[in-house]
Amino acid sequence: MRPPAEYYQRDRDRHPPALAPDYKTSVSRSPRFAPISLEQSVSEITGPVFGHQDVGLLDHDLIRNYAQTGDPVGERIIVHGRVLDENARPVPQTLVEIWQANAGGRYRHKKDTYLAPIDPNFGGCGRTITDESGYFFFRTVKPGAYPWRNRVNDWRPAHIHFSVFGASFSQRLITQLYFEGDPLIARCPIVQSLPDAVDALTAKLDMNATIPLDTIAYRFDIVLRGRRSTLFENRLEGN
Amino acid sequence: MTRKLRETPSQTAGPYVHIGLAPGAAGFDIYDQELGWDIAGANAKGERIRVEGRVMDGTGNPVKDVLLEVWQANADGQYAHPESGAVEDGFRGWGRVITDFETGAWGFDTIKPGPVAGRNGAVQAPHLNLWIVARGINLGLHTRMYFSDEVAANAADPVINLVEWESRRQTLIAKRAEEDGQVVYRFDIRLQGSDETIFFDI
Repeated sequence: MRPPAEYYQRDRDRHPPALAPDYKTSVSRSPRFAPISLEQSVSEITGPVFGHQDVGLLDHDLIRNYAQTGDPVGERIIVHGRVLDENARPVPQTLVEIWQANAGGRYRHKKDTYLAPIDPNFGGCGRTITDESGYFFFRTVKPGAYPWRNRVNDWRPAHIHFSVFGASFSQRLITQLYFEGDPLIARCPIVQSLPDAVDALTAKLDMNATIPLDTIAYRFDIVLRGRRSTLFENRLEGN
Repeated sequence: MTRKLRETPSQTAGPYVHIGLAPGAAGFDIYDQELGWDIAGANAKGERIRVEGRVMDGTGNPVKDVLLEVWQANADGQYAHPESGAVEDGFRGWGRVITDFETGAWGFDTIKPGPVAGRNGAVQAPHLNLWIVARGINLGLHTRMYFSDEVAANAADPVINLVEWESRRQTLIAKRAEEDGQVVYRFDIRLQGSDETIFFDI
């Protein structure tokens, strides 16, 4: 069997270091040995395949997907964008999942004890499948900032967690979206563990996608690892 | 083809990853079906097994808020993906695993995969591909789990043999036991320390 076309080597400088001492939890959870670099086999260039049968019709609408008595409290927003690869090609039919705190900065999670209240109409998670152009959109409320135990007065900037698959397990990525203009971004030890990341992780206000008198919009494009051309392997095969 | 864009930087999954990826564990019911609970499906060929373990941090204490994903081949060594071979109906080969919040213990049921094609005609020993995210982990960690009863295949495996330090190779091998008639493989993952698990840059 000829070797599969590989995904580009991951640019580790593009990601926060495992050990980021100002983010205290990373100190005891970061490997000390270097990872072993693998040439990819079928184990790495394959990954789970998802389709529309995996998600429900309301799963992308966080304003409605857990509503009990009415809409959740908060600033109504659309978050939309495209999933692309490093070759600037769309990543279609891929699963995008998000989770976030409510407008008061409280998570619906049995381990979150922050004093801001749970919103009875807000679950805080959503998911969708990208279309043929890699496009996705969610409707939600803007999450609130909240304090966390790191240094005693650390606050997380408002953020939405994103989980993306791509076409192979080597493209698997979890990241966070921040909002343009948030002064807490510059003070956050998680974001600042890679200062160069701020621009790529900041969703931009997108007035063209707003719904007047209804919902404001933010744009957030996601880039997954790209894949090499198969040309070289084809040549080998012809030898 | 050259890279035109740069990959989006990773950020930690944080302590509340369950809300997004396993909301039932966070304490609420929202989706008609949560994804990743049935790895092999009802029709899968091969030996039914259970895998159990914990993830330990550098102090030796269990990490109680970790989420793992499993990606594996079927008993014929094929993945449920267009670039691999055919698999049984219902075989997805992908799963999500979360820890008990009190003990850090995790476990899942699946089937033992077969040997998988390697590069340039090599054969890879049966293995599970694992991906680990948690609070304090800034970029998801990839590792593999091999099987202790595959001594000859493991000895010939091209990936295990990439590990220069022979004493560290055993961190990739789960130990087989039988408990009440059930085959259980034990696989503890150590994030840091002299017995740190081998992680891969794939």
